This record gives sequence, C-alpha cells and structure tokens, in this order.
Amino acid sequence: MTEPLLQRKWIGVAQLRLNKAVRQQYMSLPQGERVQVTYIWIDGSGEGLRNKTRTLDVEPQTIDDIPEWNFDGSSTYQAEGSNSDMYLVPVRMFRDPFNQDPNKLVLCEVLKYNRLPAETNHRMNCNKVMEEVKEHVIWFGMEQEYTLLGIDGHPYSWPTNGFPGPQGPYYCGVGADKAFGRDIVECHYKACLYAGVNIYGSNAEVMPSQWEYQVGPCEGIEMGDQLWVSRFLLHRVCEDFGVVATLDPKPMTGNWNGAGCHTNVSTKLMREEGGLEFIEQAIEKLGKRHKEHIRMYDPRGGKDNVRRLTGHHETASIHDFSAGVANRVASIRIPRQVGQEKKGYFEDRRPSANCDPYAVTKAIAYTCLLHSEDREESEEENIPAM
Amino acid sequence: MATSTSSKLSKAVKQHYMDLPQGDKVQAMYIWIDGSGEGLRCKTRTLDSEPKTIEELPEWNFDGSSTYQSEGSNSDMFLIPAAMFRDPFRRDPNKLVLCEVLKYNRKPAETNLRNTCKQIMSMVDNNHPWFGMEQEYTLLGTDGHPFGWPSNGFPGPQGPYYCGVGADKAYGRDVVEAHYRACLYAGVDICGTNAEVMPAQWEFQVGPTEGINMGDHLWVARFILHRVCEDFGVVVSFDPKPITGNWNGAGCHTNFSTKEMREDGGLKIIEESIDRLAKRHQYHIRAYDPKGGLDNARRLTGRHETSSIDEFSAGVANRGASIRIPRAVGQDKKGYFEDRRPSANCDPYIVTEALVRTCLLKEEGEEPIDYRK
Repeated sequence: MTEPLLQRKWIGVAQLRLNKAVRQQYMSLPQGERVQVTYIWIDGSGEGLRNKTRTLDVEPQTIDDIPEWNFDGSSTYQAEGSNSDMYLVPVRMFRDPFNQDPNKLVLCEVLKYNRLPAETNHRMNCNKVMEEVKEHVIWFGMEQEYTLLGIDGHPYSWPTNGFPGPQGPYYCGVGADKAFGRDIVECHYKACLYAGVNIYGSNAEVMPSQWEYQVGPCEGIEMGDQLWVSRFLLHRVCEDFGVVATLDPKPMTGNWNGAGCHTNVSTKLMREEGGLEFIEQAIEKLGKRHKEHIRMYDPRGGKDNVRRLTGHHETASIHDFSAGVANRVASIRIPRQVGQEKKGYFEDRRPSANCDPYAVTKAIAYTCLLHSEDREESEEENIPAM
Repeated sequence: MATSTSSKLSKAVKQHYMDLPQGDKVQAMYIWIDGSGEGLRCKTRTLDSEPKTIEELPEWNFDGSSTYQSEGSNSDMFLIPAAMFRDPFRRDPNKLVLCEVLKYNRKPAETNLRNTCKQIMSMVDNNHPWFGMEQEYTLLGTDGHPFGWPSNGFPGPQGPYYCGVGADKAYGRDVVEAHYRACLYAGVDICGTNAEVMPAQWEFQVGPTEGINMGDHLWVARFILHRVCEDFGVVVSFDPKPITGNWNGAGCHTNFSTKEMREDGGLKIIEESIDRLAKRHQYHIRAYDPKGGLDNARRLTGRHETSSIDEFSAGVANRGASIRIPRAVGQDKKGYFEDRRPSANCDPYIVTEALVRTCLLKEEGEEPIDYRK
C-alpha cells in the first residue's frame, strides 16, 4: 500500500469509530416548530449527488411550501467561479429517514444563472415529453444494480489481495460466505419505505458484493424522481456504515458481471387485453433507434456501457439490437408471463447502472409514443451529459 | 477465528434503520431451493398490506440461469408461494414465504421435490403420518475450517463435547440460541437442540409435524439457520462428512409414526414397516441425499454411530443400525421408529415421501409408482 492509501484507510476507519451513542444524545433533542429540509441535486458529472440543509420555520405540507435556493456551481463541476450561482428549484418532497419526521428531503432541479436548465438537468425535457404522452399512462419500473466497495476501493468483503470463488452461488444467496453487506440492503429498504420511495423489492446479485433493488411502478416523471432519491438514500446509508456504493457498470473486469439498470415499461394499451401487439410495435420502433438510445443510456454517451454490454454475463452486445421472450442475453426481454397472457410490459436491459433515469425514460417514451419519420428530436433533447 | 467482514458492520447504525416505521407496507421474503437441491435463495418484495393467508401472496418469478436451474436464453422460472412464516429478522408484520419452483412450462423444476411429496401425502391423510427430523450441522469460519477449531490443527478427540458446556467444549452456542428463538418466533415447530459429538457440531429437532408440513418446516428452519449464521459472520454446513478421520458425520435422523403405530399394539405395524424398508434399501439410499447416495457414502461407514451404506439393519436402542426402535417403544409396544440413514443435506420432502410410499402405500421394488398415470 502506498502512503496516501494508508492514510485514507486510517481516516475512513476513524470516522467509523465516531460514537453512535453520543450522536444519539443530540439526535434525540427536540427541535420545537423548526424543520430541517435537505436539498438534493445532481451535479455536473451527471452521476454525482450533492446536498445541503436549511431550517424552515414550520413543517412544509406540500412542495409549494419549500422555497427556491441556490448554490456554488463552480464547486460541483457546473459553473465558472466568476459566475457561479445556480438555482435549486424544489420538485419533490420526501420524509427524511436520517433526521426523521418532521424533517424533509427535497429533490431539486438545477437552473443556470440565466434560468435555463443546467447541462445535467435532464428532468426538464423529460417532463415535457411525459406531459405530451400523458394519455398513454406510461409506467416504469427500474432495477437498480450496484456494487459495495470498502473504503479502499476493493469490493466490500473480498479478500484483500485476491478474489472470492467464481460466480454461481451468490445470486439471491444466503450465508456469510455468499451474501456480503446485507445490513446495508436491509437498512436502505427501510429508509426507502419510510421516506415514501416506491421500493418494489431487493435481491442479492450474481457477483458477490453486488446487490439490486427495484423502484416502481411509477408513472411518467415520477420514475426519475424516485430513482434519484433512492440513490441518495443508498449513498447516505452506506456512508453511515463506512462503505461505498458504486454505480459503475463494470467495476471488476474479467469473469464478473457488470451492473445495469434494466428498465421495465408499459402503457395503458399494453396492459390491456391484446396488449402484446403494442409491445411488439414499441420494440420495433426501439430497434430502429438503437444507437440513439445507447447514447442516452449512460452519462458518457455510451462509453461507460461499452465496458459492460459485451454479449457475455447476461448482456446483449452494445453493437446489436435484439429482443426475445424470457431471453436475458437480448437487448429487450419480454417476460414469459407476458408472452403467455399476451399483455403486460417489456424490459429494456440496456441502461447502465449509472444512467440518468430522466434521460432513459424520456428516450423510451419519445421513441415508442412520439417519434415519427417527420419529427426530429430537437438538438436540446438529444445531448448526452459529457 | 474467521468471521465475516459484514458481521462487523455497526449494529447500532442498523438498529436505527430497522426501527423506522413502514406504514402499511409489508416486506415478503420469497425463499426457494436452487438447482443444487441443497442451496437456498431468497429475494424480497413489498406488499401493500399484511397478508393473512398464503393465498393472498402473489406468484413471482426469477432468473433461473443464475441458480443452476435454466439457460440464459430461456431463463424465467416461477415462484409459487407454499407456506408463510413470521420474519424473525425484520419482525412483524413482515413475512418469510417458502415457495415451489416451476419451469417456464409450469412443470415442477428438477429440484422441486415438494410437488410430488404433496401429492403422496394427500393420499394418506387418514393415516396421519407424523415426522420428527433431527437436523445435524457443523459451524465453519469463513475460511472453511470448523468454527472454534485451532487454525492450523484440531481440538482434542471426541468425548467431552456431546451436550457439553464450557468454552472448551461448546463452540458457537450463541448461534444455536439465536436460531432457536428465531424459529419459535417464525412459527417453525422446533422441539429441541443439543450440542453434538464433534466440536462445532450441533443438532436441532423439528416436529412432530404431519405430512407436507415436515418438509416445509425443515427447509425454513435451515433458511433461518443460514441467515442467523450470516448475521454472526460464520457459515453453516450440512455436509454429511465435513472432516475425514475420527470425527462424526452429520445426519438427519427421521422419526416416523402413523396413527396405527401410535395406538395399542402399534409395534406390530412398526415391525411390518421395517420389513418393507429392509426390502427397499437401495431406493431409500438414493432418496436420502441430493446426490443419489454419493454424499452419504462418505458418512455411512458403519463407524461413528452409523450403519454401513451397503447393508440394512434394525434393532431396539441400536445406534449402529439403519433403523433404531427406541427402547421405550420396545417396552410400550407402540410409538414410532427412527430411520438413521438420511444425510444432513437431504431433501426432507423426498425423505418423508419415501417413508410413506414404502410403509403406507406398501410399494415394492426399485422405482416409485407414478400415481398420476
């Protein structure tokens, strides 16, 4: 180990040693009428989350009770120092599982100094598309995979100088030799339930120290909001435990699975009798815009996903588009039940774990419901983050 | 001593989150047996309200290509809820749900032995077959060495450990205590525990349980044990012979009785059943571990309180026999008998089914009868 790494590990361990009993003394102090509101936003990387807190005089009942705020964008890869104020516009409120009631978490959109959306604010355009397709009642469910790392950057609980046994026994596994870090998963689940995030389920994944949780079904713009807040909760819970969650799509090269964000989709017509026809139509449209979608499915225009979508480890190759019933090596999978009942939903397996759910859901809604040969997506709508 | 990294995560931090209220939402953890026939898998889903009966739990599905159960190109498999228990890890109102696995064509998966067992049990309802299974297991560190054993070596020879007390005799009692309470909370029919002959080896008993419930309760008890061990950072092994040499193996002695055997004069029925079992030894051996007898071959040597795998024998109070009739049963002339052959990693569904087929349905020969034809 190099010197700086040793220091980093020591500091990390020291933070873990902060006395939780002492913390509890303070956290149990009553706060009168005043309420803490933590504002959360996406930074200039398109992946990172930032947060800061302010006091309000009284508990906000709705999102309209929460004022706009601002922050220093030059410290979040979002602005120049000479003109760095950026706006935080509250868009959705949740209960705070860390500071608990009546305190709140507030997801925000970021606007530049001229009140135009920041480069990584994909929510604004997503919302426009979702408004336009409202009548279709489009539902999403996203399966967020992630990997736990120790503070040294090695996957959590892997032997320091080596690797665990090969993949096989870990998926949905139980036992200290199969499930690494379940406490984090359990606590994150409870935090989501408390906060009001629509968490659907969780399971251990194929690579050891890799886990997945699902959020949904959510309609329209809600999907992005809920997924981003669930990610904030994950990072915060991991911070409390002294470990790190990474959404990198291929944290370990070699014979180890990557991490994706499979996105399940349905519209009102797909869910009704005979809906399979609409599902197949949607898949055909998606097939014609594969490259465009790949650009939207990770924050680097496809460069991250290239490391993951190899055609191995239950992925389709990034170069080809394919679809099939119960087929986990295709770009799109139609669940077996849906094939049998001839209605339901489909699963787009291409999005990377670190995708922006606004960009993903917007692309899918646009391609399946709005795009036609004559209509061009505007320049604005099609720019990836970097 | 190799306990896992995960077990050292702060429990105070965990407690804060586990105490958070969850409104009306309920977590249901679906549990199933994977393609190995021994491994258990689990995943959780949220329900909008507390299910009161098993019928309220929806079907689900999973990726069978990741559990040794199907190919990636056709991997969806179905989870059918079969038995519901309270969740001792997340507590009320959350649930544990044991499931049967169906293939893509809705036929039972290869290692779904519950399906046939249920059918067989339904044929003998009126006989009220009761079972009690004695699950032995060994605790290991994450390095694979038995828990509490010196890292590069062995403890003193067997003798003082069976039902022992003291830090030099009982290794890992906390796990046993925690598991017992968790089973009681969950609603599993756990009826006792004791330390076993090999150090770091323990046993718990589930029963008396009737029919299909025996398999359900034993599988859930095993799941709870795996989860409790995970929390403590140790590993439980159901391997029938974890350490070669002069160390006991691990079995799953199965006690069995029918209404007739429990009534006056029942000993006669017991002896008739044993006669039938004697003629079907190979069929039972094949059913008594997940590898058709290969696992048990390492354990049933004729030594260390086992019978030889090649021969069938029975006797009163005889622990070196395949079947033991307890002394009290010999005296009362009614009761039950103990089949000592099943391996610790057996599937209780097929073990209980085999006993019913041979003793109640009076089958003969090497192959079980397919009553659906």
